[in-house]
Amino acid sequence: MTVSSGELKKARIVGLTGDEAVAQAVKQCDVDVISAYPITPQTIIVERLSEFVANGELDAEFVPVESEHSALSVVTSSALTGARVFTATSSQGLALMYEILYITSALRTPVVMAIVNRALSAPINIHCDHSDTLGARDSGWIQLYGENVQEAYDLIFQAYKIAENRNVLLPVMVCLDGFTLSHTLERVELIDDQDALSYLPKKLCYPFPINPERPATYGPLALTDFYFEFKVQQAEAMRQALSVIPQAMREYEKISGRHYYFFDAYGLEDADVAVVCLGSASGTMRYIARELRKEGHKVALVKLTVYRPFPTEELVSALEDMKAIIAMDRSLSFGAVGGPLFEDLRSAFYDHEKRPLIGCIVYGLGGRDLTPSDARSIFKYGLEIAKTGMVPERVKFVGVRE
Amino acid sequence: MSIALKNLPREEPFAPGHSACQGCGSAIVLRMTFKALRPDETAVVAFATGCMEVVSTIYPFTAWRIPFVHLAFENVAAAASGIESALKALERKGLFKSKKKVHVIAFGGDGGTFDIGLQALSGALERGHKFLYICYDNEAYMNTGIQRSGATPFAAWTTTSPVGSKIPGKPQFKKNLVGIAAAHEIPYAATASPAFWADYIRKVRRALDADGPALIHVLCPCPLGWRFDPSMTIDVARLAVETRFFPLYEIENGRKYRITFKVPRPKPIMEYLKLQGRYRHLTRPEYSDLVKRLQEAVDSFYHWLEHMEKATSDL
Amino acid sequence: MSSKPGWREIPIGAVLLEPGSSVKVRTGDWRTFKPIIDQSKCIRCLLCWIYCPDASIKVMDVNGKVDRVEIDYEHCKGCGICERVCPRNAITMKPEGE
Repeated sequence: MTVSSGELKKARIVGLTGDEAVAQAVKQCDVDVISAYPITPQTIIVERLSEFVANGELDAEFVPVESEHSALSVVTSSALTGARVFTATSSQGLALMYEILYITSALRTPVVMAIVNRALSAPINIHCDHSDTLGARDSGWIQLYGENVQEAYDLIFQAYKIAENRNVLLPVMVCLDGFTLSHTLERVELIDDQDALSYLPKKLCYPFPINPERPATYGPLALTDFYFEFKVQQAEAMRQALSVIPQAMREYEKISGRHYYFFDAYGLEDADVAVVCLGSASGTMRYIARELRKEGHKVALVKLTVYRPFPTEELVSALEDMKAIIAMDRSLSFGAVGGPLFEDLRSAFYDHEKRPLIGCIVYGLGGRDLTPSDARSIFKYGLEIAKTGMVPERVKFVGVRE
Repeated sequence: MSIALKNLPREEPFAPGHSACQGCGSAIVLRMTFKALRPDETAVVAFATGCMEVVSTIYPFTAWRIPFVHLAFENVAAAASGIESALKALERKGLFKSKKKVHVIAFGGDGGTFDIGLQALSGALERGHKFLYICYDNEAYMNTGIQRSGATPFAAWTTTSPVGSKIPGKPQFKKNLVGIAAAHEIPYAATASPAFWADYIRKVRRALDADGPALIHVLCPCPLGWRFDPSMTIDVARLAVETRFFPLYEIENGRKYRITFKVPRPKPIMEYLKLQGRYRHLTRPEYSDLVKRLQEAVDSFYHWLEHMEKATSDL
Repeated sequence: MSSKPGWREIPIGAVLLEPGSSVKVRTGDWRTFKPIIDQSKCIRCLLCWIYCPDASIKVMDVNGKVDRVEIDYEHCKGCGICERVCPRNAITMKPEGE
């Protein structure tokens, strides 16, 4: 992220935790309905928003529901009226919403939901991993991952801009790591309230809002002769998102000075080995990459911001000259060839003429810390693959006790 | 409040051409509901997955001439809460205007209300949304093929409470939905039967005028699931009340009880049971014990209602 | 093969924009018995109208007053409730095709 000076208004700089930053962004987006159920480590988002509403700082209906399933149901039906809505959850809460996730997407409602990434039970664990959101990757939601608190804040605005685009109209998850980001105080530059409102589309964005004068039926039964067509429409919307997302990001840069793209690449220009990572661990990995590069090692770090839709062409094009790629998965897909990110990457390269070797590192489950020395060992593993031309273990666990 | 049929609105927000069975009690109830709307009022309906939702919205046809929202099975109360909240917010921000007053009405079957939908219903009632919840009760999961629900009466046959040599029909008694709703101290809760059209329409009117959540539990005889000739729906709905099997009463603010159709000389419940194939086993002498238990339960509940009416009459 | 629309031609999200389009479905084809109204016996009480599950009794108003009721045979499923509830036996169910 770079800050360019000049036409930008002087930004207000504050110290916020990830949860607080998300709440602050949602406030600036002039949402109409918020509905949520508390779950650690998302709770602060909901608490802050209810304070804003109670103080009159945010004019919205705050619906404190009795479960996450109802939270998503409330915002989905609210979105059908054309309202701009928001909810947030983590882990078990997201799992409880599972059936509604598919419905929210299929009804083409531009819901924005913050997910504070947390491991799925059992055993119950409140700390960070990506099993919750990566487990929902087929549901038809766009998924954006923030590396730090500033990104969590910025991605909220961009989420609405993307979701509410006429060619997309798909719900968006903005993901931030539990505790590592949600409860950690970082420096955040806020964007101006007016800039936010002019960046965002004008309401009402849902194309057929509930209106007694134009009565419509939402959520019918579709039999074998119609269901398939609606799914293809959703697939097409995801495809459209591949062009809407960079456009929304370019426009965001104009009001923030910060650059966003499907991913952020560090050191790719001369690297042999690239690590691809989601979320806050990218920061540690980049820090170590910088050290290793000073020591002469040709390594790169690609921080993936957009996971769904998967930016296949863009990633392949950026990484095709690598000798080795390491996909870092903070989630396991039991019984699969490898972790979710690994599988997507390998699949992306299958049709390409240049095919780097790809290895999968599973790390950080249940909030297991990724230390600088773990980070080094991961890059070293990648360098070893590049040297030997072989991937010794398709899926390797880092940080677990054998 | 006196209502004459000839003065009821002719509009049919629930149009013909839907795929409900011949003689469907729930379809009758849906039609009757909207007769309570005044000329300057309209409704947005939310539906749980179930018979009426499925038969009325088979893509590309819809029987609905008013906005209709269906999300899933257990969340109609949450769906209605979302619509109610959003319209409130949008109206406040000048983004929603309607010439007519818009009521939010949620419809759930007994399955989607007594069982899987109870949690969402409780939440919506507790939060005090201004909406009407109508439970159209055909006493089983009819849309999936007549499986038992928490609303299926004692001893009734269903496919998952069959009459077998060891267990003769449903062993449990029906849940008291209106009692559960009243425990939330909502402004208005009531029971109804389509055979008593004026009583039902009056209740819908009272519910729509309530300053907060309201719930009406309506008995909807089902020719296919209860096993009776489709022409007998209203007869069955009438006898349920006249035998005290399904009393008609209302509760204000969770406290004040009123029986709205008094049955001083009830017919024996067998008059009601014998019309329905799902109770056929009860006509056999070896099951007279079950009939006795059922009659006692019906009588004791009605007597309790009379006590409650008297005890709360000065509230 | 089929004249049904493709995915590009139908509104997104399965929204149905034509209210009451079910009237195009001829549920009257389900009937095996059809109701016949004897207008000379009918007292215009409208009980058949309020009890019809399929809104297939039409109230014909003339000068703001109920003139008569008629059956909508395109949609009437022939359940026979109207015959049962009529207080004057003005409706008789006859086999379809008679």
